[in-house]
Amino acid sequence: MEMIKKSVNRMRAKSPWLLHFDCGSCNGCDIEILACLTPVYDIERFGIINVGNPFHADVLLVSGTVNPRNRKVLSNLHAQMPGPKAVIAVGACGLSGGVFREAYNVVGGIDKVLPVDVYVPGCPPKPEAIIDGVVAALDKLKELGLRKEA
Amino acid sequence: MTQTAILIVCGLISGPLLGGLVSGLDRILTARMQSRIGPPLFQPFYDVIKLCFKEPLVVNVWQVFCVHVYVAASSIAVVLFFLQSDLLLILFVQAVGAVMLVVGALSSTSPFSQIGAQRELLQMLSYEPLLVLVVVGIYIETGSFKLSQIYHWPDPLLPKLPFLFIVLGYALTIKLRKSPFDLSTCHHGHQEIVKGLLTDYSGPFLALTEVGHWFEVVLLLGLCTLFWSTSWVGMGILLAATYFLEVLLDNITSRMNWRWMLSTVWGVGLALSLVNLIWLTQGG
Ligand code: SF4
Repeated sequence: MEMIKKSVNRMRAKSPWLLHFDCGSCNGCDIEILACLTPVYDIERFGIINVGNPFHADVLLVSGTVNPRNRKVLSNLHAQMPGPKAVIAVGACGLSGGVFREAYNVVGGIDKVLPVDVYVPGCPPKPEAIIDGVVAALDKLKELGLRKEA
Repeated sequence: MTQTAILIVCGLISGPLLGGLVSGLDRILTARMQSRIGPPLFQPFYDVIKLCFKEPLVVNVWQVFCVHVYVAASSIAVVLFFLQSDLLLILFVQAVGAVMLVVGALSSTSPFSQIGAQRELLQMLSYEPLLVLVVVGIYIETGSFKLSQIYHWPDPLLPKLPFLFIVLGYALTIKLRKSPFDLSTCHHGHQEIVKGLLTDYSGPFLALTEVGHWFEVVLLLGLCTLFWSTSWVGMGILLAATYFLEVLLDNITSRMNWRWMLSTVWGVGLALSLVNLIWLTQGG
């Protein structure tokens, strides 16, 4: 039994499917995220697929700040993802609101709405940093998987 | 009796095994064509195992039923293939499965799922008549629908049915969900109307659709082997060449719309089959 659990968890770490949500970012972060898909970075090497569907996703990658309009969409997307799942906040905006922090319509970082597992700082972060962030989220996924089955 | 049992087990095991490996190879080949490294060979298995152990989220209970019938039908089709059964029977069993997948997608209210299902129906409308025509061509040449007799036919069928092989290629491209016919849903990382037909299948049920798809791929590649059934080498070369061309086509074409698909596949496909059938009956 223990062995099966371990190997299932290994599979989990080998096939994290990403859902990317642009939560009102300036598009700087989004361009860097999409750059990870290009042949230069080739995230499919790690089994990572950028899916467009919360039903299929394991990791939610959010860029940009939360505002009162999109916070509902954000929590909705998170609720539609089957567990175990992890959330990554990308960019200064996703972490704290960044340069938009003081704006009247900005609620703040992603962690105001969702439990964030990994923070990737930068404005925008390099694609390498984003890939690092996803890899760090895998440990979280494994841990969640073990806790669920226990 | 024991031989039958062994064949059934062979069919049930080799379906997912071969299908998964072919899909892994496909992904690596695609990546190399785009000058990427690509995922490991066993990536499709990792994906399916991961999906199996995800939390089951069901939009409508009908989906659960439909996806199980889909896997059952496609696996029965492969088992019948291994048992050297009747070709027409195999095609119809496979079609039942394909329809069930569409019914499952239609049972959800998501517009993506609905459009995907409509497009899948149009795709089936395009390729099913062609598959029947291919089988008819094989019947005219060998005088039997029985696989056991077709495999014992002394000459390779390809020189006699070259156009019908191209027609089978059309059906294969649609069935493998490759460009330019990947309208209803798309394989690998691509997106089309979110995930089209598969949008509302998730977790273990998505894993089942994938396994069912592997069975179908094995079945269609099995149909391709009929065209050079006299030697193993010829069979292997034919399969490798066909699959390589499929991946190449996927990478050099873009997605078209269903009107184009219906007119091209029917226009070219029916014309090629007719020419081949007339040649067989009149020329032979
Ligand atoms: S962190 Fe910088 S690049 Fe990213 S969305 Fe905010 S302002 Fe744009």
